Amino acid sequence: MKKTEQRDLFPGALEMMILRILRRKPSHGYALVQHIKRTSHDLLQIEEGSLYPALQRLLKEELVKAEWGVSSTNRRVRIYRLTAAGAKHLEREVSSFERMLEGITRVLAPGES
Amino acid sequence: MSWLKQFFLRRRIYGDLSEEIREHLEEKIDELVAEGMSRKEATAAARRAFGNLTLTEEDSRNVWRWPSVQELLADVRYGLRALRHNLMFTAVALLTIAIGIGANAAVFSVVNSVLLKPLNYPNAEQLVSLHQIAPGAPGLADFENGLHLSASMYFTYAEHNRTFQSLGVWDTGTASVTGLAEPEQVRTVEVSDGVLQVLDVPPAVGRWLSEADQVPRGPQRVMLSYGYWQRRFGGDRSVVGRNITVDARPREVAGVTHKGFRLVDTDFDVMVPLAFDSSNLILAGFGFEGVARVKPRVTIAEANADLTRMLPIWMDSWTNGPGTNPHFYETWKITPMIRPLKREVIGNVSDVLWVVMGTIGLVMLVACANVTNLFLVRIEARQQELAVRAALGASRGRMVRGLLVESVMLGLLGGVLGAAFAYAGVHLLLAIGPANLPRLSEISPNARTLGFTLLLALLSGLLLGLIPALKYAGPRASLALRSGGRAASASRERHRARSILVVGQVAMALVLLVSAGLMIRTFQALRTVDPGFTDAQHLQVMRISIPAALVAQPEKVLRIQNQILEKLAATPGVKSAGLVSEMPMEGFDSDWDCIFAQDKIYPDNVMAPLYLYKYISPGFLQTAGTRLIAGREFTWSDVYGLRPVVMISENLAREMWGTPSAALGKQLREFSTMPWHEVIGVIQDVRERGLQDKAPEIVYWPPMMEYLFGRKTADTVRTETFVARSERAGTEGFLNEVRQAVWSVNSNLPLASVRTMQEVYDKSVSRTSFTLVMLGIAGAMALTLGIIGIYGVISYTVSQRKREIGIRLALGAQGGDVLQMVLKQGTKLALVGVVIGIGAAFGLTRLMANLLFGVTAHDPMTFAAVAALLVLVALLACYIPARRATLVDPIVALRYE
Repeated sequence: MKKTEQRDLFPGALEMMILRILRRKPSHGYALVQHIKRTSHDLLQIEEGSLYPALQRLLKEELVKAEWGVSSTNRRVRIYRLTAAGAKHLEREVSSFERMLEGITRVLAPGES
Repeated sequence: MSWLKQFFLRRRIYGDLSEEIREHLEEKIDELVAEGMSRKEATAAARRAFGNLTLTEEDSRNVWRWPSVQELLADVRYGLRALRHNLMFTAVALLTIAIGIGANAAVFSVVNSVLLKPLNYPNAEQLVSLHQIAPGAPGLADFENGLHLSASMYFTYAEHNRTFQSLGVWDTGTASVTGLAEPEQVRTVEVSDGVLQVLDVPPAVGRWLSEADQVPRGPQRVMLSYGYWQRRFGGDRSVVGRNITVDARPREVAGVTHKGFRLVDTDFDVMVPLAFDSSNLILAGFGFEGVARVKPRVTIAEANADLTRMLPIWMDSWTNGPGTNPHFYETWKITPMIRPLKREVIGNVSDVLWVVMGTIGLVMLVACANVTNLFLVRIEARQQELAVRAALGASRGRMVRGLLVESVMLGLLGGVLGAAFAYAGVHLLLAIGPANLPRLSEISPNARTLGFTLLLALLSGLLLGLIPALKYAGPRASLALRSGGRAASASRERHRARSILVVGQVAMALVLLVSAGLMIRTFQALRTVDPGFTDAQHLQVMRISIPAALVAQPEKVLRIQNQILEKLAATPGVKSAGLVSEMPMEGFDSDWDCIFAQDKIYPDNVMAPLYLYKYISPGFLQTAGTRLIAGREFTWSDVYGLRPVVMISENLAREMWGTPSAALGKQLREFSTMPWHEVIGVIQDVRERGLQDKAPEIVYWPPMMEYLFGRKTADTVRTETFVARSERAGTEGFLNEVRQAVWSVNSNLPLASVRTMQEVYDKSVSRTSFTLVMLGIAGAMALTLGIIGIYGVISYTVSQRKREIGIRLALGAQGGDVLQMVLKQGTKLALVGVVIGIGAAFGLTRLMANLLFGVTAHDPMTFAAVAALLVLVALLACYIPARRATLVDPIVALRYE
């Protein structure tokens, strides 16, 4: 049994969001969580902890890299940064996600059944 | 990131991770506190928002981990439980695998020790045998064992070579040792200086023979073999320095060889120095085997070139006597063909061993196919369980791993059991193995054998599990859950894997049975070959040697031999007795030399074809059952009277004069100064070197003659095989009487190689019979496993198709139709297997061509018979389940629905 995924997100969704945020700006874990919560207007209830296995997977696949630094609030934090491979991966993921979303939307659209 | 780097980075990664999470919580808490919460509340809230801390950390770590050891252990436990759960399956599977692995490991340990391991000498790769051929020598041109070295060649090679560290020559023989208990004939090796330096191994006790022992008329000490030392002297170390009487001459014991020491491939009792007297050596006398140690980094080709360079030196340095042309050997085209010593030691058993190894490997494959089939059946029964696991979220990989762990455990357990079987198997193998298997004493399990067994166990485990794992661990497993394992529509596909396995089994069984069949045909063909003697089990043979130190006078030697023959003939139950220099297939070195015929023309008058020489007494032919084709045999008055008479073999008569009767009255001689000898008789061809080799042309001389071995004065052949024909041959009582008969003539005469000709015969075909037995066993095993395989598949499909058959019967199908339908399915599998098998056998049997005799590797009769047998047996195996199918009660079958 896989225990890692949040059941209310499909596999890979969290990673995709992380990559997207990191493309805009390198961040540390806590900032990422806050950002997701803020921008989704709390629609996505994710356990903060679930971020870390996702980050480790991204690290392992070398889609992001991490180094220790100091945050704007002057804390010692580990800052994640998108790699070139990560950027490419994100592009692919987003476009395939959009296709899927479009498909699902069409099927769910009223009137044509 | 490479896994190695990962491994070293992992600690740091884990450290970073823990710290990062701690920082995360801190930040959250600080923030909450800033919003006005108490620190305690804030901590709790932060933790709540974070989720399960331990799990998160563990999941994060797992990202970096290989399949965890814990999971594997769980799989092992699960697998063990599954194996225990179905004891019957486990027992059958385990036993099959264990026997397979055991047989393979046993054969491999023999192959490894005999063929693969380097010889038991330091830097054994430098050791070579000085093999050479002489394609230009007429007559005996196909020198079976190559042209041996002469003593003069040894001196030239030893003195002038540039590529050898050391070299020497040696020969085998017999000697009588007297003065201990009963007189005893012992096996000797005679060695020149250099032989022991080549081998470079220390003696067990005392010291090696040295250069000082090689001086003619010098001290000439001897060495004892370890076995003889133990047997005769009980391992007494004080024997070194003592004298023993060898061939009636006292000789000091210099030392004892170490245990298991053989000179190349020859086991012996006493080692004697050759002590050549270089002052009266001639070019000829090609009676010695050469061994050498090449200098480091010298190739065989370079060593061959070195020998080739020295041949003219040899011809310049020596002569065959006044008036002869030393360079006439140029016409022989003597060509050095140095071989690695290992090849010389192994001889011709390598073919047999590789065939047996391949055979046993095939049986292993058949066995694995059977166990895989069992596994498939069992897993089919466990589909629900697998489906539940899949539904609960087990990944495909995890399920595949689970099944593989189960099968690999089966393989490993089988390997452990198999190792025990192998231990017993090696002993069995050695008991039935080819007589005189080389390097016998070196056969023992070692790291490589152990590694092989382990590898085999692992591989077979993986092989068994792979098909079931890939087939059933897939996502489709969820289907089974829904249909409660009752779905029948998928059955066709489900059976494909099992059908393929059965086809493979039939094909492999066919290959093995065809090989066994070819060996049977070979054996049959061998049995029809007339060896040149009859009724072998009633022929008692023994070697008796009369050394010059015991009886000097040649005529007296002949008298003693004659008396022994008379005493033997007078022994109760003996029909007749005779003597010969060696019986066919006995394996003693034969004499050979030139033969000139008076009515033929020879260039130079020095060159004539070479033929085998044998020396026979009156009465020998009748005793041995060797037929006289034309003329008459020797009489005692011929022999005592030194009359110039000679006999020849039928093929030699035909070669020289066309027919046997035309040969009578013709004149032969060995060299120009010898008087002509009249051909008085022609003897049937005999298979001197074994049934598989063509009968050589032979010249038969009387046992005493002038010019024997080139000496002008009359001499007698001193070592002869005595043959007695009796119904009692081989019995203990008879042998005692025979010994007494011999000793009543001279009590100092030991008897050696006391055997019946049946033993000699069996030994000479032992290579064939061993291969036959092994292939027979393998073929029978493969056939049995194949039948079980077909039976299993067919009866399983019948049980699966019960409902379908029920419907057919209900709709009016007759029992016969159903029977036919099932049989057809089985026959189809068998036929496909047979066709594939014939193709494979066609290619593979060529590899055993060397072992065959009187039958080609593609013998159509064997192929057809085996194919027919397999199809027939397959039909029988299908008949039982087919019969059961016709008995299906439609009502019962349909009620299940």
